[in-house]
Amino acid sequence: MSRIELTLNGKAVSADVEDRTLLVNFLRDAQQLTGTHVGCDTTQCGACTVLVDGRALKSCTLLAVQVSGAKITTIEGMANGEVLHPVQQAFSECHGLQCGYCTPGMVMAVTDLLRRHPKPTDEQILHGLEGNICRCTGYINIVKSVKRASELMAAG
Amino acid sequence: MYEFEYVRPKSVAEAAGFLAANSDARLMSGGMTLLPTMKQRLAQASHLVHVGPLGELKSITREGDALVIGSAATHDQVQGSEVVGAAIPALAKLARGIGDPQVRYMGTIGGSIANNDPAADYPAGVLGLGATVVTHLRQIAADDYFQGLFTTALGEGEIVTAVRFPVPRRAGYVKFAHPATGYAMSGVFVAETGSGVRVAVTGAGNGVFRWAEAEAALAKSMSPKALDGLALDASHFSEDIHATREYRAQLCRVMAARAVNELLG
Repeated sequence: MSRIELTLNGKAVSADVEDRTLLVNFLRDAQQLTGTHVGCDTTQCGACTVLVDGRALKSCTLLAVQVSGAKITTIEGMANGEVLHPVQQAFSECHGLQCGYCTPGMVMAVTDLLRRHPKPTDEQILHGLEGNICRCTGYINIVKSVKRASELMAAG
Repeated sequence: MYEFEYVRPKSVAEAAGFLAANSDARLMSGGMTLLPTMKQRLAQASHLVHVGPLGELKSITREGDALVIGSAATHDQVQGSEVVGAAIPALAKLARGIGDPQVRYMGTIGGSIANNDPAADYPAGVLGLGATVVTHLRQIAADDYFQGLFTTALGEGEIVTAVRFPVPRRAGYVKFAHPATGYAMSGVFVAETGSGVRVAVTGAGNGVFRWAEAEAALAKSMSPKALDGLALDASHFSEDIHATREYRAQLCRVMAARAVNELLG
């Protein structure tokens, strides 16, 4: 067991975890933040993507103990009360989802993508979302959502 | 995953000491291959010694005619590094094509070449450029380092600390990525160096290898046409649901020609 301390969606959290605990399991089971999904469990689909110190990482392939000291943001930490984050707003407006299972991971990955490329080209969007799979193959509206989010964020 | 203890050493020396004293401990750099393997219970360890965060292993510097990349430099670091982009743009491109953005934030060059997956990209760059693998004990020439399927010259507890790349005149790398996994079904690195032309192939066989016939042909004429109908021993190539040996051999010829075009700019 190890003691970890981290900032989770803006709140200080400390907990004892088994060293082998994956971050995604810590979030879902210990913290009850079930918005972060387990899709493939093999580092391919990106449904488990969260922000670790602002960078999109796959929480199914990180140990909770590894990110002790970090700032973690999950999908639950995106909206400001009733006001959606611009990326969430854009996915809603453009219907950037079908079944919705991949959406939390998509939103987190897109947030990091737009941090790196505030006005992304089509190529940057497609290359930047290679780590997130939509099994419904609803990619056209997802790409639209990224562009819309870019506009919303530029408009502040 | 089976149980293990997580260890965060403060230095390479401390990590090496820990590995020497604990024979079932394993080194973890980015964890992008090791953790999935452990999750499937295909690997286990008494301890995971995590060297990925060590600052001393993350530097990327130009030292005269060499580019030196620390073993814990991530693919994201390498793809975005101005030093790499100026010295060996083909290597920056190679890093940009590994995995996906989330994986590139964590995966490292040292982890990639210590694992030596037969379809990984970095082995092609390291062998194709005739680099030197630096460990905490010694320096190993790429030609001696890669020894086939998941096998390297590394001894027990030996830690890769850096890779030293001689800066080539020109280089190119192109892979045919498997559409689902992104791994190379064939990836060819071509480099024109001070000491001749080197061609390294990954993804096709049971480990990265040099293609001697292509090196000889390109030394005479650096053009894609020089590769037309060139011999390539495919007897050790993998054959599976994705491709036959002959198909992989043909992919090698096509990827090599594209890599030459990239080298020529």
